[in-house]
Amino acid sequence: MPDIDIVTPLRPASLSRMGRSLTAFFLPHRIIMVLVALFALAMMIRTMDWSWLPAYMPRLWEGLGITMLMLVVSVVLGFILALPLAIAQVVGPLPLRWLALSFCTVIRGTPLLLQMWLFYFGLGSLLGQFPEIRETWAWPYLRQAWPYGLFSLTISFAAYQGEIMRGAFTGVPKGELEAARAFGMSRAKTFRRVWFPRAVHRALPTLGGEIILQLKATPLVATITVTDLYAVITKVRQDTFLTYEPLLFLVAVYLCLSGVLTVLLRWMESRVPDAR
Amino acid sequence: MTEQPAIRVKGLRKRFNRLEVLKGIDLEARPGDVVAVIGGSGSGKSTMLRCINLLEIPSAGTISIQGEAYAMRETRQGLQPADRRQVQRIRAQLGMVFQSFNLWPHRTVLGNVTEVPVHVLGVPRDEAEARAREVLDRVGLGAKLDAWPAQLSGGQQQRAAIARVLAVDPLAMLFDEPTSALDPELVGEVLSVIRDLAQEKRTMILVTHEMAFARDVATHVVFLREGRIEEQGPPDQIFGAPKSPHLQQFISSVA
Repeated sequence: MPDIDIVTPLRPASLSRMGRSLTAFFLPHRIIMVLVALFALAMMIRTMDWSWLPAYMPRLWEGLGITMLMLVVSVVLGFILALPLAIAQVVGPLPLRWLALSFCTVIRGTPLLLQMWLFYFGLGSLLGQFPEIRETWAWPYLRQAWPYGLFSLTISFAAYQGEIMRGAFTGVPKGELEAARAFGMSRAKTFRRVWFPRAVHRALPTLGGEIILQLKATPLVATITVTDLYAVITKVRQDTFLTYEPLLFLVAVYLCLSGVLTVLLRWMESRVPDAR
Repeated sequence: MTEQPAIRVKGLRKRFNRLEVLKGIDLEARPGDVVAVIGGSGSGKSTMLRCINLLEIPSAGTISIQGEAYAMRETRQGLQPADRRQVQRIRAQLGMVFQSFNLWPHRTVLGNVTEVPVHVLGVPRDEAEARAREVLDRVGLGAKLDAWPAQLSGGQQQRAAIARVLAVDPLAMLFDEPTSALDPELVGEVLSVIRDLAQEKRTMILVTHEMAFARDVATHVVFLREGRIEEQGPPDQIFGAPKSPHLQQFISSVA
C-alpha cells in the first residue's frame, strides 16, 4: 500500500491549478444561475425603494450589534452550561443523570417562544412583586427585557448542545481513553487531554448547524421588546409602509451571517483530520 | 543482588459475572525476558495481559511490578485498587501496545509520542521532543513527525504506538496482539520493530497469533487454555516437542 501523500495539500496551489479549478467551477449552468442572481439583484436595486436605508443605518447597526451579542453570549454561555449537562448524563450518579435528562427533554420539547414569554411575562413580573428584589443591585437589569431573552436563548442552546455533547462523549472510541489510562493518566487528565477535546472535535460539524439555528432563533427576542435587527426592521416597516424592501434586506443580512459562520466552522473542523 | 522479576503474577483469577475467564495464573518475567503468550480465542490471553496494568481488575491474586504489588482492598464489588496514585505510577512504567493502536487522533505523531512524557511524567517539552524524534527514527517514522494518525497506514500507526511506549522508557512492554488488526502485507514491518526491541533485551510480554514470530523472538512461551496455563517452557520445547495434546492440536491447527 503506498503511503498517503500528506505534503501536497499543504503547498499553496499554483496559479495554473487555481485557473483549472475556476474553469471547473464555472460550468454553464452555474454561469446562468449567477447571471440570474445578478439580474434579480440589479432589478431589486433599480426598481425598489431603498431611500429609507441611509436614515435607518445607525439603528440597523445597533440592532445588528444586539443580534450578534445575543448570539455570541448565548452560544458561549450555553456551551459552558451544556458540558455539565452532558457529563452528568454520561457518567453522573443516577439522580443527577435523571435531572439533566429531564431538563434537556423539557427545554427541547417546548417552543422557545413559549419559554421566552413565560420567563419575561411570568417570571419577570413575579420578581417585581418582591420589594427585596427591587432593592438589590440586580433590579435595574431584571426590569429590562434583554436578560430574559438572553436567559431563554442560553438555556435553549444548552439543552440542545448538551444532548449533542452527550452523544459526542459516548462516541469517543473506548480504546483512546483506555490508552490514556494505560499510560498512567489520572481521570481528570484523561478528560482534559483526550476525552473532552475528542468529543468537541466530533461535535464540531453539528455545532456549526446549531449555531446557525441559534442565529435564526434570535429574532424571537423582538417579541419581548428587545430591539435586535429584526425589531429595527419591523419599525422600518411600520414607519415607511414598505413590506418587501426591509424584509429582503433582512434576508441578505442573515444569509451573510450564516455564510460567515459556516466558513469559519468549516475551517476549524479542517484543522484536524478525523480518524478513519 | 538477587534479580527481582520485572513482572510477577501469582494466583491470578478473573471472573466476569458468572464466567470465570482466568482460573489461577502464575507467571514471571525477569528483566530481559520476552514472554510470548499463545492460545486459542477465549483462552484469556488478553484479559491476563490487561490485568497486569489493571485495565481489568483481578478477582483474586497478586500482581507485582519490580517487587511492588498493587495495593488492593475488598469491597462489595470485589477487589478494587486501594491507591489510585500507585496504580497511575506503575502504569506509567508499563508501556502497552494495543491491537487497534489507539493513537490519539487529535494529536500529530509527535504529539502522541510526547504526550505522556510531558503531561504525565513532567519531562520538559524540548527534552521530550528530542527523545520522541529519536524513538520515531528508530521505528522508521522520522519523516512523519507532523502527520496525523489518520494519514498513516495501519503498520505506521502501530509503529507510532510502539514509539509512544518507547518514549517513556518503560520497565516492561505489554503487547496485546499487535499485528492482528493489520493487513497481511503490513505485519512484517511491525514485527521487525518488535524483533529489534527483543534483541535489545527489553522485557516484554507478547500476546500473539504469530507462531513463527513467537518461536523466533521469545525466551519463554506460555500456552493458555480455558483460563489456565496448560504448558510453558522455552520456545523450542513448546513448538518442537509439545506434551499436552491440546497444545499439539493448537500448533497443528495454526501452522
